[in-house]
Amino acid sequence: MEKKALRSVQKLVVIGGSSGSLEALLTMLPKLRADLPLGVVIVLHRNNQSDNALVELFASRTSLIVKEADEKDILKAGTIYIAPPDYHLLLEQDGSLSLDASAKVNFSRPSIDVTFSSAAAVFGKYLTGILLSGANSDGANGMAIIKKKGGRIIVQDPNEALVAYMPARAIKENDVEEVFGALELAELINSISN
Amino acid sequence: MIAPDELEALLLDILEHYGYDFTGYSRASLTRRVHAFFVKERFKNYAAFRERMLESNIYFIHFVEEVTVNVTEMFRDPGFYKTLRENILPVLATYPFIRIWHAGCSTGEEVYSMAIILKEAGLLQKSLLYATDLNQRVLEKAKAGIFPMSQMRLNSENYLHSGGRQEFSGYYTANYNFARFDKSLSDKMVFSTHNLVSDSSFNEFQLILCRNVLIYFDRELQARVLQLFDRSLDSLGFLALGSKESLKFSAIAPYYSQIENKEKIWRKKR
Ligand SMILES: C[S@@+](CC[C@H](N)C(=O)[O-])C[C@H]1O[C@@H](n2cnc3c(N)ncnc32)[C@H](O)[C@@H]1O
Repeated sequence: MEKKALRSVQKLVVIGGSSGSLEALLTMLPKLRADLPLGVVIVLHRNNQSDNALVELFASRTSLIVKEADEKDILKAGTIYIAPPDYHLLLEQDGSLSLDASAKVNFSRPSIDVTFSSAAAVFGKYLTGILLSGANSDGANGMAIIKKKGGRIIVQDPNEALVAYMPARAIKENDVEEVFGALELAELINSISN
Repeated sequence: MIAPDELEALLLDILEHYGYDFTGYSRASLTRRVHAFFVKERFKNYAAFRERMLESNIYFIHFVEEVTVNVTEMFRDPGFYKTLRENILPVLATYPFIRIWHAGCSTGEEVYSMAIILKEAGLLQKSLLYATDLNQRVLEKAKAGIFPMSQMRLNSENYLHSGGRQEFSGYYTANYNFARFDKSLSDKMVFSTHNLVSDSSFNEFQLILCRNVLIYFDRELQARVLQLFDRSLDSLGFLALGSKESLKFSAIAPYYSQIENKEKIWRKKR
């Protein structure tokens, strides 16, 4: 675990969000620096339509590459991977992506908990998990696992989030210290160096 | 929690003891499933887990059932079935006899969906559907053709979106919590265990479906299984994969062309 050189990127940011998180992401994305030296994975709860609308919307707001995750994709720095609808997104030890269509977790597929805990097992302390607005309890358990593995956990300020429940719950369950608004979240991601 | 090296040791033990080879499965998903099983069965440690696993065949079958992902539904990805109806069945209709292989059919919803569209196209009588899986338990369910009533709403919505024009409930008899599908559909099905990792080609088909199975395999195993399909497919036959699976990076890709709309269906060039 955490053996460095094996993977294509050394550090990873996983962002999870449910209802109300789209707004936060649309605020964050334009602020991300073009030479981000990290992998970025976004897990959003959304309808099952497998269309490209979300990828295109995100791509229009950032100079980074945005793509829907395919199985066996190898994480590249400066690319944002979106979990496809109706699949859980998992991380392999070599930094490649896997998909899994097993049962929903927290009524969700993709589930934020599933990606958080799988990413924590691979990236350990080099993982940052960010949880945004939502009305679901998904993400709170995953944050606990990230923390246990030495990673960093950050939550969108429930006062700013359109739906406070999900971030509030994660904060309460995990004693999260880093709580920020969307603009500051973007700055934080920019400040993570290689 | 079972550690990565313990999982590797377990996979080798299972291979040696039962002849089932899971070493080509993607680790992230497999680890998650094995771990969930470990917790659910309340094992104290890896040694106890291993001992139980190697002690009884029945228990091992239970393990296989739990660690493989069996989630499925009828007319999963309705657009895919619509394409089968509109673009593929008319081609199959020109053959005197149609052989279809559902590899990794799970509890059979996919096979019944196929039987329904074949029936609606007037082709079921001259078709034979071979449905295989490595998991005996799911095959028993598939054979029975009895599915939970709670799924019927989703199934019937999917059916409509696939272009179905009949009354979906006409295909089954509702019985409390279960829907028993019409025997005329299953008459044309043959169920059998078949392990894609170790078993060989057993017939030639005009259409092979292997959906949502390859995503659980690593590249090397995917390549081997695709070769197996290539050997089992008639010339000009069709290969259908799941919505996030592809022939793109495989060695057989040059000999296939994807059909025009973007569904995951490829046709063998010769
Ligand atoms: C998710 S289900 C897919 C069901 C259906 N094809 C669909 O797309 O809805 C995957 C199935 O593949 C089967 N499977 C996994 N490994 C296999 C192997 N080595 N050989 C045959 N079947 C396998 C599992 O038992 C499971 O029933």
